[in-house]
Amino acid sequence: MKLTLKVWRQKNNSDKGGFVNYPLDGISKDMSFLEMLDVLNEELSEKGEDPVHFDHDCREGICGMCSLYINGKPHGPQQTTTCQLHMRSFSDGDTITIEPWRAAAFPVVKDLVVDRSSFDRIIQAGGYVSVNTGGVPDANEIPIPKIIADEAFDAATCIGCGACVAACKNASAMLFTSAKISQLAMLPQGQVERKNRAEKMIAQMDEEGFGACTNTGACAAECPKGISLTNIARMNREYFSAVLSSDNV
Amino acid sequence: MSWVTKTLSSTLGRKLIMALTGLFLILFLTGHVSGNLLLFKNDGGEAFNIYAKFMTTNPAVKLLSWLTYLSIIGHVIYSIILSRKNKSARPIGYSESKASTNSSAASRNMGVLGTVILLFIVVHMQSFWAQMHWGSIPTVTYGGEEYKDLYSIVYAAFQVEWMVALYVIAMIFLGVHLSHGFASAFQTLGLNHKKYTPAIEGLGKFYCIVIPALFASMPLYIYFTQS
Amino acid sequence: MILDSKSPAGPLAEKWTKHKFTSKLVNPANKRKYEVIVVGTGLAGASAAASLAELGYNVKAFCFQDSPRRAHSIAAQGGINAAKNYQNDGDSVFRLFYDTIKGGDYRARESNVYRLAEVSVNIIDQCVAQGVPFAREYGGLLANRSFGGAQVSRTFYARGQTGQQLLLGAYSALSRQVANGKVKLYPRTEMMDLVTIDGEARGIVTRNLITGAIETHAAHAVLLCTGGYGNVFFLSTNAMGSNVTAAWRAHKKGAYFANPCYTQIHPTCIPVSGDHQSKLTLMSESLRNDGRVWVPKTVEMAEKLRKGQIKPSEIKDEDRDYYLERKYPSFGNLVPRDVASRNAKYVCDEGRGVNETGEAVFLDFRDAIKRDSEDAIRARYGNLFDMYQQITGENPYQTPMMIYPAVHYTMGGLWVDYNLMTTVPGLYALGEANFSDHGANRLGASALMQGLADGYFVIPYTLGDYLAQNLATKIDANHPEFAKAEAEVKAKIQKLLSIKGTKTVDYFHKRLGKIMWNECGMARTAEGLTKAKAEIKALRAEFWKDVKVLGANEELNQSLEKAHRVADFLELGELMVDDALNRNESCGGHFREEYQTPEGEALRDDENFAYVAAWKYMGDEQEEELNKEPLVFENVKLTQRSYK
Repeated sequence: MKLTLKVWRQKNNSDKGGFVNYPLDGISKDMSFLEMLDVLNEELSEKGEDPVHFDHDCREGICGMCSLYINGKPHGPQQTTTCQLHMRSFSDGDTITIEPWRAAAFPVVKDLVVDRSSFDRIIQAGGYVSVNTGGVPDANEIPIPKIIADEAFDAATCIGCGACVAACKNASAMLFTSAKISQLAMLPQGQVERKNRAEKMIAQMDEEGFGACTNTGACAAECPKGISLTNIARMNREYFSAVLSSDNV
Repeated sequence: MSWVTKTLSSTLGRKLIMALTGLFLILFLTGHVSGNLLLFKNDGGEAFNIYAKFMTTNPAVKLLSWLTYLSIIGHVIYSIILSRKNKSARPIGYSESKASTNSSAASRNMGVLGTVILLFIVVHMQSFWAQMHWGSIPTVTYGGEEYKDLYSIVYAAFQVEWMVALYVIAMIFLGVHLSHGFASAFQTLGLNHKKYTPAIEGLGKFYCIVIPALFASMPLYIYFTQS
Repeated sequence: MILDSKSPAGPLAEKWTKHKFTSKLVNPANKRKYEVIVVGTGLAGASAAASLAELGYNVKAFCFQDSPRRAHSIAAQGGINAAKNYQNDGDSVFRLFYDTIKGGDYRARESNVYRLAEVSVNIIDQCVAQGVPFAREYGGLLANRSFGGAQVSRTFYARGQTGQQLLLGAYSALSRQVANGKVKLYPRTEMMDLVTIDGEARGIVTRNLITGAIETHAAHAVLLCTGGYGNVFFLSTNAMGSNVTAAWRAHKKGAYFANPCYTQIHPTCIPVSGDHQSKLTLMSESLRNDGRVWVPKTVEMAEKLRKGQIKPSEIKDEDRDYYLERKYPSFGNLVPRDVASRNAKYVCDEGRGVNETGEAVFLDFRDAIKRDSEDAIRARYGNLFDMYQQITGENPYQTPMMIYPAVHYTMGGLWVDYNLMTTVPGLYALGEANFSDHGANRLGASALMQGLADGYFVIPYTLGDYLAQNLATKIDANHPEFAKAEAEVKAKIQKLLSIKGTKTVDYFHKRLGKIMWNECGMARTAEGLTKAKAEIKALRAEFWKDVKVLGANEELNQSLEKAHRVADFLELGELMVDDALNRNESCGGHFREEYQTPEGEALRDDENFAYVAAWKYMGDEQEEELNKEPLVFENVKLTQRSYK
């Protein structure tokens, strides 16, 4: 396959950045998208040019480190992570536009690498159950209906990649935040801190500069793990009932 | 900040205001359209004029109208606040975007749709509401009581082609706005459930077609049948 | 030198309890005066950092990824073992201990393994309390499955994403401590060297991967939770960034490296599709419960398959060789990982491989679908089949899957004693980074158990014992050793950047991988290993003469990061070969062709090799010195594994 890559290059956060076109030949349909970029980078390196920097690690769709806005969609044309996207989704002669995630809360570090530590800070604001190691009850002490456990699991599969933010026209982090709030709100272990958690995580989400939700559903449609919009509704419920009934004045 | 202002200045609090005012306006539209159906009554506007007087004088209705004005203003102001926040959340946009593959055009353009509807509301209120309240309009007498003849104003307005066109187009915008707004308001309130959400979405689809269609049929009816 | 494991005396079942009691404690008021460095934030690192911070220590946690949540523990699929006996099927701490020792082919330390089995039950309690959504039965209690050929159902799981859920649990505990101010997080920061003062670990040198800044951090103890070194093979199921650098540089500062040749090759991975391949993807081993492994009986037919002249479905049953079922009638397709892997290699070496590269065998679900219906198979393996289709573009419901073994886990690692302390006082190694619990072969669902056992339930006790014997006075970051280590790191970076050769880092990494895979992979020979040693030496020399590392230090520079890692792999590779050459026996993941039974099974030599081989670094380009820790088995009888 012969391709033209239109790639966002930006030296660092203070650089203005811009697109650079790279012709690329000899791409096999069996390559993953990131392997195609590896080929580009080997070529660039051989020519003595700075390779294109992008985030990636596990390359099996679970660590959430890879990103990339490919041809107008986060993680490209399939509903999967970029590392699981394969070149058979493209055709010979295509021009592929590759941009970084765009959000004020995800500043560009270099080229296609962005800083997603805002997600970590949202979790730090309350995305946990405050139990110390040791001294916890036996695992089977509290039965949890299978249907609830399964639903909590579905919310918990979020990989924190940020595709929801990238896809949202408002760069909103509601799907990410709601997935964690939902998971813990559904489980008995999360009940004690339920109200505090909703209030604090949402306050942090706002502080990070993410946008609001317009319920377009783009986030869920693009989420590589299929996190559902019902989580956002649940988060809203959690938040409204928390602010009305919690003791935080 | 008190917890109230803090809540109302959070993204979710602001969305709550959008949803509540939106839902109230949906209720208002339902009332508005059912009353206005009297325009179809072939009685030279009698029933309509009696209804119009009731609507402008009854204290309970007055309270509701004030709530409606507030809702419109709140809906508009908070949409501006949220739009600005949303804009600043992505200072640099994408050079290429295939948003149409993941979301409806209506959901992505609520602001544009809303702005058109707002402009329409201004024209609409100027034409009828302001006339009714402060304008000098002819009066009619039914059963010894004097009524403002709003019907004649409406009748005259809908003889003008561009007015009819404006109303029909505005109602299309309203329909599209509602096609997303109706179900979206419930989602924002957190009312999402496997059992009920399909019904809410179905109702939303029905509502966003039927209500604007009924509104639009009024100028069309008058224009085509009464001239 | 004979290494002292510091295993407590006394009956096996009482060792840990007794040891916890005899360990010294740090006064609660003093804990806040101690600094602890944790490198790596996977299961072991995140759980250790969180647990130590909860106790009151000041923790600095480092990871090279952009967030602690990305650590490669997240990719573990199958599950986590625990001797809960919730299923009433005869499990016990002793049975889990026994299975692990036997599974490890009797090359692990009894006391450590027993402790692992003992604390396994606490791990499940802890994770559930954190909100980890394990699979449950309709009655609301936890579900279990039997995994990796175990006779009891003791594996807890969260669909095929157990590692993810456990890691996010540990990450949440860590995040809570970050919010409390007890853990300071350093993401996108790589450990470049260990700092020792008077022989004790007192800090590390790091590189900020965004700015390139070289910094030093002082602490009373350093914990390496940096995972395994499978990426020495270039292609493995490890994450792209997984590396040995932290462990290796600690090794060069005095920490012995134990059993480096023990590598686990997982039989069910998606085969390599071409030279561009950057990593391999594991398919859960549970697939072998229903899939049948086969290749054509003849080389001619295999060639036709490779050329695409016939389809697999056109090959009649009598022309198929279900070689695992044929050779191991009682275990069939469910033989242990090492046996399944080796046999796949044999049939492919014979020229009967089924994909273009000739390195793949079929895993066929045709008969299972016929027997149980496609829907039943979809319910069991749907997500795996989807993943396979996503990667290969083939529909495994219609055409058989192709699989091939791939490097998956490394049982070797830094040598640690019962306290998880390396041979450098104050330096600890946890999780896959140490060598301790899996012997020569790890059982399925045991890696997650070990990582969390070390972090949640072992290190909080054993670290206290060490710290209590150290004054709580602040470690002086101005000590000349810090400046010296920092200068060395800077010099190394400068050297890499100034070579300005002609070959990229990946070029060297791929060549190293090929040598390792061919000569130090599934089957090894003295001859091949000797050849490999010379080749690695030559490659290393070439690397330092001709590598091309672009850019500068003072920026995000992924080729520089990679160059450091590959430089260390080039040294480790040779040690692995040395270790494999030294171990004149076959055991677990280490199979020397010279040492096999007449039936072709691994032949252990308990008389001469029932020891841990711990290697001491002797200086650049010097042969390493072998030290032995004899393995004494007081509670199990050594037997030959048989799966016939």
